[in-house]
Amino acid sequence: MSEEKNIPESTKYETFTQEEYMIMKDDLLRPIEKIGKAGKIWIAFLTAVFLAGVVAYYLQESRGKYVTTGLRDYTMWGIYISNFLFLVALSLSSVFMSAILKLTNFEWYRPLSRIADVISLSSITMAGICIMISMGRPDRLHHLFIYGRIQSPIVWDIIVVATYFVTCVLVLFIALIPSLSTCKNHLKNLPKWQLKMYDILSFGWHGTAEQWKILKKTVLILTVLLIPLGIALRTVSAWLFSTTLRPEWDSTNFGAYFVSGSALLTVAVMIIAISSFRKLYHLEKYLTEMHFDKLGQAMVLMGLIYAYFNINEYLVPAYKMSGLHANHLLDLFVGNNAFFYWSVVFFGILVPSVLPMFKKMRKPLPLTIIALAVLIAGWFKFYLIVIPGLSHPLLPIQDVPASWKHYTPSLIEMTIVAATIAGTMLITTLFSRFFPIISVWEVAEGKLEGKEEIINYK
Amino acid sequence: MEKEDNKSSRRNFLKLGALGSVALAGTAVVSTISCDDKEKTGKKVKVLTADGKLIEVDSSHVDHHASNDNFSKEEIRQGVEGKKFIRVIDLAKCANERKCIEGCQKAHNILAPIEYIKVKKMQDSELTSPYWFPTMCYHCDNPPCTKVCPVDATYKRSDGIVAMDYDRCIGCKFCMAACPYSARTFNFGRPEQLKFTEEHKNDTSDPNHCTTPFAQEGTVAKCDFCTDRSSKGLLPACVVECPNGAILHGDELEDVVTNGEDTFRLKKLLQDRGAYREFEELGTKPRVYYLPPVARNFPFEDATEAHNTKE
Repeated sequence: MSEEKNIPESTKYETFTQEEYMIMKDDLLRPIEKIGKAGKIWIAFLTAVFLAGVVAYYLQESRGKYVTTGLRDYTMWGIYISNFLFLVALSLSSVFMSAILKLTNFEWYRPLSRIADVISLSSITMAGICIMISMGRPDRLHHLFIYGRIQSPIVWDIIVVATYFVTCVLVLFIALIPSLSTCKNHLKNLPKWQLKMYDILSFGWHGTAEQWKILKKTVLILTVLLIPLGIALRTVSAWLFSTTLRPEWDSTNFGAYFVSGSALLTVAVMIIAISSFRKLYHLEKYLTEMHFDKLGQAMVLMGLIYAYFNINEYLVPAYKMSGLHANHLLDLFVGNNAFFYWSVVFFGILVPSVLPMFKKMRKPLPLTIIALAVLIAGWFKFYLIVIPGLSHPLLPIQDVPASWKHYTPSLIEMTIVAATIAGTMLITTLFSRFFPIISVWEVAEGKLEGKEEIINYK
Repeated sequence: MEKEDNKSSRRNFLKLGALGSVALAGTAVVSTISCDDKEKTGKKVKVLTADGKLIEVDSSHVDHHASNDNFSKEEIRQGVEGKKFIRVIDLAKCANERKCIEGCQKAHNILAPIEYIKVKKMQDSELTSPYWFPTMCYHCDNPPCTKVCPVDATYKRSDGIVAMDYDRCIGCKFCMAACPYSARTFNFGRPEQLKFTEEHKNDTSDPNHCTTPFAQEGTVAKCDFCTDRSSKGLLPACVVECPNGAILHGDELEDVVTNGEDTFRLKKLLQDRGAYREFEELGTKPRVYYLPPVARNFPFEDATEAHNTKE
């Protein structure tokens, strides 16, 4: 123990100087020390929505799903599964936003990587909860371990979700350790337990050369792991659908289609997140207009890729109009869901792949508005994949009550879905209240290496 | 002349079924017949041998396992030995009288709008005439539902039946998404249904009652070919209830199907009448064959009202 205390001050922050660090820590640690009124109201609001979801779930389980949900034999998955797909899409953030950029040495990722990691972690947590909510018998969850069969895509999904969750926790936590040490040393006006928590979680981090070496190597390995894992996660959740014989889902394109869609949503959610943190925590110096510019460019790229896969997914079968697909496609193109479908295409594909091509649109405000539209359209896209897919079975639906033919999500279902989304935001918000949402050391490290544009981009 | 033959074999089929012995499991009898260690009961039972002869043997030679109601969980998962249940539906005979549906609902303690059998109005092209098309679980030989089940709650038995283990099902509903025939239904916990099941679970006043359990709340349920009745040599409820004899149920190994009135050689029937299976192209290999609706017994009458629209 005494040995650790004798470490000379100069070796502690070997990748950046103490002086530079002092400038940044004030900015980046400020949100932890001071929670404004708006911040408290926001947290209270999210907590209220989340608790409403808990109550709704209790009602759903205690009063019977026939009464409390709009689910019926044909549309038996409903918006829970749409929402699950959406949250899995968001949880790809970490992979696309930090892993790929990190590995390809795009220095501008540095202030973004932790935001991305937190969003990944919170949305994968809620995605896991979503599966349990849609289960008929959540009390039998342990059957998956007693009787689990590897042949079932559900088991693949559970394995990959669990693995991804663990990897997300690790990559987030390990990169957090130097920041925890910073919190421990420089945050004073905080409750005792919080300081104690930083102390425990920082695991005796002193920032020795050896520790830095191990840390960076571990983060690198985890980052490399996250890419295939994230793609597997998304692909397996697409396979849940494409391994069935339903014509709407019976597509070899589905995995890639979902991955490309998620990449687009990931860019959108990152834009919204950095835009909010920038405004609320006054981080304009770190989350600069350059980030919006770069993310806007990324959005165009992802939008075009997604558009390409959409053509594969819809126009190719539409050309053939084979008997099995015709029902579903006609419904989407000119039928009941046509207005819905085309608005999703417009806001979810056309807008993101065209508008940010113009430099004016890559400014924070317009880009945030575009991103919001993309995110909402993205949610509805999954609605359009799951629900019409289920309501056009191969044999026609005849002679059943009206509620079996047309699915309308009940208030309870919508509350639960809102609660899971609120839960995602709540985890992200709470995290940013206890830990620096921008990785102090990563930014400082970047600055030290002469990457001035991170802070001084014009 | 052929009709006569059918009649007599049907009579035997029914008689044997009524005896409650394992008359159709000829091989089991032959194997026990040679060993004489068993004490004779003196009671003679009629059994049908594999080569189609009706013989009388001492009841001690007959292994009664198939008529035993108290199967263990493992035995239920195995299926009835030496059987391969199969079904043929004669579309020419279906008039959508819905008796099969009602009988099935009564036998399984299920209430409308849940139907294990659904009768659909089908029309293949505008130029062709519409016909009634009863659908149910096809007990596919390559079942998509059992593949996707994460806990093996739905499984294929040796006798061809795709069965459900309601104690194991976790209610993920993936099997419902995977079934291209929409044959599965889910117990969403409708209060009337739960109450009805509770009240009628031991109701044996109905002669067609199935003792197969009803789906618990939050689990998937489906047509089970009235397994317990079939294993006793009785015909499933829908077959008994159909007034027009449109549903023929039988055993593939024995090459025979019956609607309780007429009995047919399965292969000959399928070959002579141009039988087909629904969505053959999907490769699910259903165990239910359809005879095309030619030379119909009834003119097609559009149902004037939808029957099953009450919530």
